[in-house]
Amino acid sequence: MAISETTRAQMREVLVRYPRKRSALMPLLHLAQADDGYVSADGISVVADLVGLTDAEVTAVATFYTMYLKQESGHVRVGVCINSLCALLGGDEIWDALVDHCGVGTNQTTDDGTITLERIECQAACTHAPVMTANWEFLDDMTVAKARHVVDDVRSGRSVQSTRGPAVRTFADAGRVIAGVDDGLVAEGDHRDDRMLAGLRIAQQNGDADRSAEAERQGASKVKGR
Amino acid sequence: MPLTPVLSAHWDEADSYTLDGYRRHGGYDALPIAFAQQSDDVIQLVKDSGLRGRGGAGFPTGMKWGFVPQGDGKPHYLVVNADESEPGACKDVPLMLANPHSLVEGVIIASYAIRANHAFIYIRGEVPHAIRRVAAAVREAYAAGLLGSNIEGSGFDLEVTVHAGAGAYICGEETALLDSLEGFRGQPRLKPPFPAVAGLYGSPTVVNNVETIASVPSIVANGADWYTSYGSEKSPGVKLFAVSGHVERPGIFEAPMGTTMRELLQWAGGMRKGHRLKFWVPGGSSVPLLTEEHLDVPYTYEDIAAAGSMLGTGTPMVFDETTSVTRAVTRWLEFYKHESCGKCTPCREGTYWLVDLLRRLEAGIGSDTDITRINEVSAQIAGRSFCALGDAAATPFPGAIKYFADEIALGTHTTAAELFDPVAATVFTGVNA
Repeated sequence: MAISETTRAQMREVLVRYPRKRSALMPLLHLAQADDGYVSADGISVVADLVGLTDAEVTAVATFYTMYLKQESGHVRVGVCINSLCALLGGDEIWDALVDHCGVGTNQTTDDGTITLERIECQAACTHAPVMTANWEFLDDMTVAKARHVVDDVRSGRSVQSTRGPAVRTFADAGRVIAGVDDGLVAEGDHRDDRMLAGLRIAQQNGDADRSAEAERQGASKVKGR
Repeated sequence: MPLTPVLSAHWDEADSYTLDGYRRHGGYDALPIAFAQQSDDVIQLVKDSGLRGRGGAGFPTGMKWGFVPQGDGKPHYLVVNADESEPGACKDVPLMLANPHSLVEGVIIASYAIRANHAFIYIRGEVPHAIRRVAAAVREAYAAGLLGSNIEGSGFDLEVTVHAGAGAYICGEETALLDSLEGFRGQPRLKPPFPAVAGLYGSPTVVNNVETIASVPSIVANGADWYTSYGSEKSPGVKLFAVSGHVERPGIFEAPMGTTMRELLQWAGGMRKGHRLKFWVPGGSSVPLLTEEHLDVPYTYEDIAAAGSMLGTGTPMVFDETTSVTRAVTRWLEFYKHESCGKCTPCREGTYWLVDLLRRLEAGIGSDTDITRINEVSAQIAGRSFCALGDAAATPFPGAIKYFADEIALGTHTTAAELFDPVAATVFTGVNA
């Protein structure tokens, strides 16, 4: 497959953000992958040309990182966190259920090309365990039933709303965001859930936060509210 | 101990992640205060505050900044380690989602202090919405003249590049992160030289955690005395604690250093109904687990160390009596095996052997020799690996066998699943037939 002109333009945009070209290698690989659904030989050549490396040098880097794929992804990569905490809290049961529901194993894609299942490591969302991701957007506080629902929605072309983020994007769009291309969705999703605000709410109930605010108003001992 | 929301004080506002939302509560007010001082005075202020690295190692931040040679004619760099991937750690990503401007303001002040004109924020690749929020905050800051040339008329110039990784826990190790940022495989470098002397592109570089840098504006605005009024002498200040696991209400709790796990547990609503605490891991899977007897240990670097563990990321994972410690440890070791970068033999080969041996115990077909060998292999990894990831891989098992030797020994004849019904450990038992 070939890298599109749009993607090449985005690559050039990303390139200028770095003092040395080689530092742009990772975002450029994310962009190449967005076009092809994996890091193709063509993608590697285009990136190598742009940063002034050989194909072999770029390949050596691309094969180190798990997010760069060697085979084409399904439309939505559905990840289930199977690190200890998520696994114990239900991740293992969710994983087994999805393998059964989709009829594929890890890093395999359903026949219709819609879903690639993936066992993923800790996603920095342990307060929201068990955690899943869909093209890397959070799916917090999952259950077996909710997980099946997500898969069904993806397979029938329905939109899937992430938690604390936007509606799940295509694999290509997600890759472009990760590479640093603005998709205008920064305001999507609400970060204000029970887990995020757990401590703040108690502080407000106890008046702890109010005391800080009072101090700020009085300017006596200015407590900067950030 | 009261809760002390500082970084998280306004997360209940829908637009807390925007420039307007940040400025509404004094955001970027620390900037002119910093610019009115000499760079060295800002470093001294951070030294006086006693702020220590919130990424896990707890190194004094001001001292790290002070190591950067001045007048050396080389460019200096600030690199924010936003590669939060430690199992159990979930504080930096929430911070980047809800309050990215505190990070940006901290980046400006820290860069001014160490005289860096280019800063990088290295965010793990798997969190696109955190990337969106931080990238948007940086764009807003540029548009408002808070980044770029001659910031706020100070004569100080700063470019900030938001960079995303691609799935490699090892890149949370600061020298591996630098190699990755230079466009290489993320493998650690030999130290010394330390990054402060030869870091990014061989130039003096400070690598700091997200929460560390985001804490700087409030210290500059309120003074070192304000910061040291919280916590202990050696562990001052406040911190984002993230409590996860078998508790009623997991979540983020910003509280002074020195808070105890018992207090955190109370705020989290206690253990889930009908269950009791079995063990807790104070700061990510790379630190030894603790038990009920340690609930009153103050959350300071020195007190948690005295109790035989480490403060680490300060994000306790809590497990109740339904948990198989063998299963939990095996899964952590599978993680370290998967994430080993392969550079050094003790970690690359040792994690392979540990997983093999632990799986036997989980499957109920282990032997006493296996247990001895796990201890031996752990000892061969610890202190003999190239970087801290290796040492971390050698941590979970010795920590677990200290308190649960009898249970682990049952793995010589009984499977972990027979001993501990996995369904009982899930948080949705009975919800899904």
